[in-house]
Amino acid sequence: MPKTALQFHHNGREVAIFVDGGVNLLVALRELIGDMTPKFGCGQGGCGACSVLIDGELHLSCLTLAETVAGRSVQTLDGLKDGPNLHPLQRAFADNFAAQCGYCTPGMLMAAKALLDRNPQPSRAEVIEAISGNICRCTGYEPIINAVLAAASASRARA
Amino acid sequence: MPVTVKTFASSGEAAAALSSDRGARYLGGGTLVMRALNEGDVSISTVVRVTDRALTRIDVSGARVVIGAGVTLARVLAERDLAFLHPPARSIGGPAVRNMGTVGGNLFAPSPYGDFTVALLALDATVSVQGGFGVRDVPIEEFLQSRERQSGALVLSVSCQRPASADAFRYRKIARIKPKGGSVITLAAHLPMSGGRITGARVALGSMAPTQMRAKAAERALEGRSLDASTMAAAAAAVAEGSAPADNALASAWYRREIVGVHLRRLLAGQE
Repeated sequence: MPKTALQFHHNGREVAIFVDGGVNLLVALRELIGDMTPKFGCGQGGCGACSVLIDGELHLSCLTLAETVAGRSVQTLDGLKDGPNLHPLQRAFADNFAAQCGYCTPGMLMAAKALLDRNPQPSRAEVIEAISGNICRCTGYEPIINAVLAAASASRARA
Repeated sequence: MPVTVKTFASSGEAAAALSSDRGARYLGGGTLVMRALNEGDVSISTVVRVTDRALTRIDVSGARVVIGAGVTLARVLAERDLAFLHPPARSIGGPAVRNMGTVGGNLFAPSPYGDFTVALLALDATVSVQGGFGVRDVPIEEFLQSRERQSGALVLSVSCQRPASADAFRYRKIARIKPKGGSVITLAAHLPMSGGRITGARVALGSMAPTQMRAKAAERALEGRSLDASTMAAAAAAVAEGSAPADNALASAWYRREIVGVHLRRLLAGQE
């Protein structure tokens, strides 16, 4: 079966790959581009581990047909840090012990970034709503919520 | 297994492709079809897409609101004129699912999903379907009854009248996990009032049958009455009539039948 050429922006860098028909964006990112930060959890849209931003909007990469991102901008956790410096959300997650096994962390960070990009000073209820599509099976939700709120207040302190 | 992806500029071409190929499925937001592909559903050999912008249009200018099939639940939530549909839209998924899942796709979501469709059923929506012989408008109830045979058709939009008042349309989803969770049961009621009496009551239920259903016995108990305690009790007592809920991981059929009357009474009484 012929492959389809696909070009898009991956963390600000233009990439061009060939994909099989029906391949999802998560497989394209991990296996064809080598970006291992989005995780495979359920493949059903139930866990949020594969969350990425497409044109700034939170999407599940495992439920995204790869070729639908042609010409669009895909941001993954790998694009969050600035050189050796952690993103404020990553810093807050580390400081607040928001990762246990860490498998949900990339998705949690992208969901949190989608929230703070739109709403820099969220309430606790808004944080809970924003990560409601992300499952942490270590059940460490409290430190995750605290970390997102800490990142928001750190950015308020900087502003 | 690789599938063939066909992308069309017009709905007509896509409908023709869908009706001529048994293995073809229409891809909207991806939350149903990509999930099936990820699970290795070999019945899908072709994925059909449409780039026509008309599918993502919302028209709130007329007496009826028209929502394109490709409109996401997040866009419904961003539209102030669709406030009456915000509770059902908000009750679905997390933010990522709402950014992807569409109004048209929700019509095909199997139980326990399809909460938005419960609201549309209570509002007596009309589904606009592009088939091989042009576009036809189908009442949502009829559409749902023949849903399993609709795979060759392409939904273009849904439309419905705005509820007469904010109080006339009510929605309630019972889930075990808050704020996100699959439906134990979902209820929606449209109760237009005329001279203090309910005229044209429609009550719709999700997860109480293989597809979303109307609770017609409860509607009869409400019709022509004022919304007082005895009317509410009569509707609650009748609401499970004709239902056929299933056992699943979220709840048993027995539990669903037991609680549906309780939640209908709370919905009618305006309780949280």
